[in-house]
Amino acid sequence: MSLFSPSAAVPVVPAERSPGYWSLVLRRLSRDKVAMIAFVVILALVLMAIFAPYIAPADPYKSSMLRRLRPIGTPGYPLGADELGRDMLSRLIHGARLSLMMGILPVFIAFGIGSVIGVAAGYIGGRFNALTMRTVDVFYAFPSVLLAIALSGALGAGIFSGLLSLTIVFIPPIARIAESVTTQVRKIDYVEAARASGASGFTIVRVHVLGNVLGPIFVYATSLISVSMILASGLSFLGLGVKPPEPEWGLMLNTLRNAIYVQPWVAALPGLMIFITSIAFNLLSDGLRSAMDIKA
Amino acid sequence: MLLYALKRLIYVLPVAVGVSIVCFMLVHIAPGDPLISVLPPDASADLREQIRRAYGFDKPLPVQYFIWLGNVMQGDFGTSIATGRAVAEELAKAVGNTLMLSVVATIIGFVLGCLFGFVAGFFRDTAVDKIASFISVIGVSVPHYWLGMVLVIIFSVQLNWLPATGAGPGGSGVWEWDWAHVRHLILPAVTMSVIPMGIVARTVRALVADILSQEFVQGLKAKGLFDRGVLRHVVKNAAPTALAVMGLQLGYLLGGSILIETVFSWPGTGFLLGQAIFQRDIPLLQGVILVLAMFFVFLNLAVDVMQSALDPRVQRS
Repeated sequence: MSLFSPSAAVPVVPAERSPGYWSLVLRRLSRDKVAMIAFVVILALVLMAIFAPYIAPADPYKSSMLRRLRPIGTPGYPLGADELGRDMLSRLIHGARLSLMMGILPVFIAFGIGSVIGVAAGYIGGRFNALTMRTVDVFYAFPSVLLAIALSGALGAGIFSGLLSLTIVFIPPIARIAESVTTQVRKIDYVEAARASGASGFTIVRVHVLGNVLGPIFVYATSLISVSMILASGLSFLGLGVKPPEPEWGLMLNTLRNAIYVQPWVAALPGLMIFITSIAFNLLSDGLRSAMDIKA
Repeated sequence: MLLYALKRLIYVLPVAVGVSIVCFMLVHIAPGDPLISVLPPDASADLREQIRRAYGFDKPLPVQYFIWLGNVMQGDFGTSIATGRAVAEELAKAVGNTLMLSVVATIIGFVLGCLFGFVAGFFRDTAVDKIASFISVIGVSVPHYWLGMVLVIIFSVQLNWLPATGAGPGGSGVWEWDWAHVRHLILPAVTMSVIPMGIVARTVRALVADILSQEFVQGLKAKGLFDRGVLRHVVKNAAPTALAVMGLQLGYLLGGSILIETVFSWPGTGFLLGQAIFQRDIPLLQGVILVLAMFFVFLNLAVDVMQSALDPRVQRS
C-alpha cells in the first residue's frame, strides 16, 4: 500500500487562471448597456457597408430625370430620391462604405505612426525627444479642422488626399499622448530593473513599455474616430475629399443642400447617418475608457 | 508670473515659426505649377520663365521663405489670384465677421455648457446627470454643418422666422447691432455654440464632481455649511479651468468656422477659405490659414498665462 494512494490525495484542482486584464475589460464593457448599444449600432453599420450591394434595393448610381427629389415614402423609393432621381436608401447604404473608410482609416494609420513616434520620443528621450516633439507641436498648433482643410485644399479633392490630410491631422495628438504615457512608464521601477538585468532596449520597449502604453493610446485613438467621421464628411461636404458621383454621406449632404426648399427631410438624411455613426463611436469609446479604468 | 509668461513666449516662438513654414509650404505641396492659375495656357517658355522670376519662384526655397515672411511681417500677404485684390484687404473684412460669430457662439456655448455641466456634476449619477451628460455627448458628436442645415430647415424653410443665409439685409457689408442684422446671427451662432457647449459641459461636470469629493468640501459639509457656501467654493475652484477651456474653444471655432460659414454663407474667413479652395487661389489660402493658425497659437499662449495668473497651481511645464 502506497502512502500516496490516489484516493487519499487531495483532489487536483487545476489552478484557476486569474482572468487577464483584457477579459476583465471585456466583461466590464459587456455590462455597460450604453456602450453595448453603441457597439451593436457600429456593427450594424459595418455589416451594412460590407454587404451594401446585397442589401441595397436599387443601383445607387442609376439616375432618373423624371423622379428627382421624391419625398420619403414614395413607392419604390422608401427614403425618397435625390436631386438626380437616385434611390436615397440605396445611396445611404452604399455611402457607409466610403464614409466609414474615410473616417476610420486615418485614425488607425495615425495610431500606428503616432504611437511609433511618441513611444520612440518618450523612450529615447533627450535631444531626440525635444526635436520630435517640437515638430509635432507645430502641427498640433493648428486647429484640426483648419489643418485638414488647409492640407486637402492645397492637395486638391480626392479620396487619397482626404485620407492623407486626416492622417496628418491625427498623428500629432496621438504622438503627444504616446510620448507622455511612455515617459511615465519609463520611470517605473520594473523598467529600471529590466535595464539593470541587461535587457536590450528593443526588448524593454516590446515587453514592458508597449504592453503598458498601447491600451491608453488606443482608447484615446478611438475617441478620435467620431471627430474623424465628422471631419471626413465635412471635407466632402466642402467639395474636398470624395468626388461625385460616389455615394458618400458628406458629399450627398453637399449636393442636396439646394434641395432643402423642396424636400428638406430627404436632404437631411445623410447628415443623420453621420450623426448616428459619430455618436455611436463616442459612446463606445467612453465605455471602453471607463472599462479600462483610464482617467484623463 | 511675468517670468512664467516670458518662458511661455520663448517656448511659443519656435512653434510660431514652424507654423509659418507649414503655411509657406502649402503652395509647394499643391500639385502642379504654382503659376498655372496666373499663366495663360499657351504661354511661351520665355514668358513662363519671366513670370517665374517676377514671383521669385526661381530662388531656392529657404530664400523664398524669408522673402515671403518679410512681406507678411509688413502686412503684405500677396495678391489674390482670383480677384486681383490684396489678400490682406480681403482678410481684414472677413476676420471681423468670423470673430464676432465665434465670440457670440463661445459665450452661448459657455453659459449653456456650464449650466449643464454644473447640474450634472452636482447631482452626479442621478437622472438629471444622465440627461445633462447625454446632451453634452450630442454636442460633441453632432456634425455641426448638418445641424445648421436642420435648423435652417426648421426655422427658415418651415417656420420662416429667421433668414437662412447672409450677414445682413440685402447683403449689406456693414454690421450693426439692430434686429435686422442680429436675426442673421442667431442660427449660425447657435449652431456653432453646440461644440463648446458639449466640451465645456464635460469639463465642468468632471471638475465639479472632483471638487465635491475633495476633503475641504467634506470639511465644509461637516461644519454644516452646504448649498450656497459650498457652491461658492466649487465655482471658485472650477472657474480657471473652465475659462481656459472656453478660451481654447474660441480658437477652435475661429479655425473651424469654415463649415458653418459655408452652410450660412456667412462672409467670414471660412467663407473666404472656401472660395480660395474652390478657385485654387493659393495665396489667399495661405494668408487665411496663416492668420487663423497664428491667432490660435497666441490665443493658446494668452489662455495659458491667464490660467496660471488665476490659479498659480497650474503652471504647465
